[in-house]
Amino acid sequence: MSAPELLTMTSPDVGMPYEWSIGIYGSKFFQEIRAHQRFVGIRCPQCGKVRVPPRRVCGTCFRELDELVPLPPTGTIIAFTIVNYPFIDPATGLERPVPYTYGYIQLDGADNIFSHIINETDETRIKVGMRVRAVFKPAAEMQGNIQDIRHFEIIEVKHGE
Amino acid sequence: MEKIAIVGAAQTKYESRKADQTFYDMVFDVTTAALEDAGLTLADIDNIITVSNDFLDGRTISSMAVGEAAGAHDKNISTVEGDGTFGAFYGAMRVLGGFRSTLVVAHSKGSEGNPQFISNAMFDPIYHRPLGLDTTSAAALQANAYLTRYGITEEQCAQVAVKNHGNARHNPLAHQPLEISVEEVLRSPKVADPLKLLDCSPVSDGAAALIIGNEEIARKAKTKPAWVKGVAHCAEEYFLGDRDLANPKALRDAAKRAYQMAGIRDPRREIDVAEVYDAFSYMEPLWLEGLGLCDPGQGGQLTESGLTAMNGALPVNPSGGVLSAHALLVAGLARLIEASLQIRGEAGAHQIPGVKTALAHGTHGPCGQSHCIWILGES
Repeated sequence: MSAPELLTMTSPDVGMPYEWSIGIYGSKFFQEIRAHQRFVGIRCPQCGKVRVPPRRVCGTCFRELDELVPLPPTGTIIAFTIVNYPFIDPATGLERPVPYTYGYIQLDGADNIFSHIINETDETRIKVGMRVRAVFKPAAEMQGNIQDIRHFEIIEVKHGE
Repeated sequence: MEKIAIVGAAQTKYESRKADQTFYDMVFDVTTAALEDAGLTLADIDNIITVSNDFLDGRTISSMAVGEAAGAHDKNISTVEGDGTFGAFYGAMRVLGGFRSTLVVAHSKGSEGNPQFISNAMFDPIYHRPLGLDTTSAAALQANAYLTRYGITEEQCAQVAVKNHGNARHNPLAHQPLEISVEEVLRSPKVADPLKLLDCSPVSDGAAALIIGNEEIARKAKTKPAWVKGVAHCAEEYFLGDRDLANPKALRDAAKRAYQMAGIRDPRREIDVAEVYDAFSYMEPLWLEGLGLCDPGQGGQLTESGLTAMNGALPVNPSGGVLSAHALLVAGLARLIEASLQIRGEAGAHQIPGVKTALAHGTHGPCGQSHCIWILGES
């Protein structure tokens, strides 16, 4: 048999739609953002740690959680990366402009780390340890999703370094 | 523990696009080649474990589609959707549970889907996916956390890429054997700070298979058995923010238990060669710290010191590692196969002389959420 031309098959361009439940505590998290422009975490009665976003279980202690704790919209950069390749936003189908900065942010009063976009893409102007504040969409434009937080912005630049 | 061993193995060549092969073809090829390597026939194989991922294959329960190519007709077959080291772990459990032998086969063709989309879909759809988090940006965060914590430099990470791509020149199956300099790594395009293109593994097409047998099968096989001395795995939290990314806790736990099982007290001295899952250059030193092969924060100096070089006291990734060939899911099984070949003395041009104890490491989930450690020995 002589080598045939190798064919390929392209999948039809149909999505795989889902409607994920956000859950009671997740819903509360987004509702709190809309109502008060702040976050809410949840405290473990056993280890005392506050986790955000709130969820039902402390993975470490395997205890059910129910003590919601309001958290301010401020925190500290624990790690960050300036991303240089494009990302198609699944919500809009639009390509996010590059570069953008993805941040690993410890919210004040939380023991774990939250993550979101930081609106600083100049590597000389962003450092681990900097203070950041969440910038929210106007309440009327909020849709109850993670993009109700536009991004975090740096609120304190350490001078003299 | 009853004695079990890896008695045969095979891998495809790793390439960016295997246009002439379906994943079914690759599974058939490595299954046949592993049996041939062991000098066994399908009649000697009691059960089969396949390793696959539905999103990568673009098919629901894709494992169902490869059973016959894996020789599973009339056999007990099951599937692990995870790294191949975890598939092998399940296979080992089955041999310890009374089967004489298990054939474990893993495959993936990253070229057929969209790896960025698939890895983004690994994350939580409510909080993380819409922000663009994927394997690479998550790894970049981990690299930033690790480098910042210990003052490890991008140059030290680049040295790992130079070493492993260089080692790959002695491995005919590697996807990216490269002769490169530290400067070339540092000057390669920025992907996600601090990761440059040459800090990142390629996405490869490939498959691998191995056979785990009890003592009866080990006697029957024509190969020198690579005995399983210790094996353990451990996982930590799903959300990256619930973990300390610069401290691979699950890896420490898994390594400790694997060493205990193997009777290893001083891993740095007792392990002759290690194959670790270096999907990104910074991962090799971070995993070596987690494996207790150096103190926390000391991983960055190991390449520079020559310790982990082919001719060093503890060669790491003589095959070229995952940086030089990264077929998802297959890559951990490849580490285990490479470790078994080192024990057999049959690793070809990348054989380390006199290997008595070899370590293989696989990981699954972003930033090393779970780890599986194998210790192989020649007796």
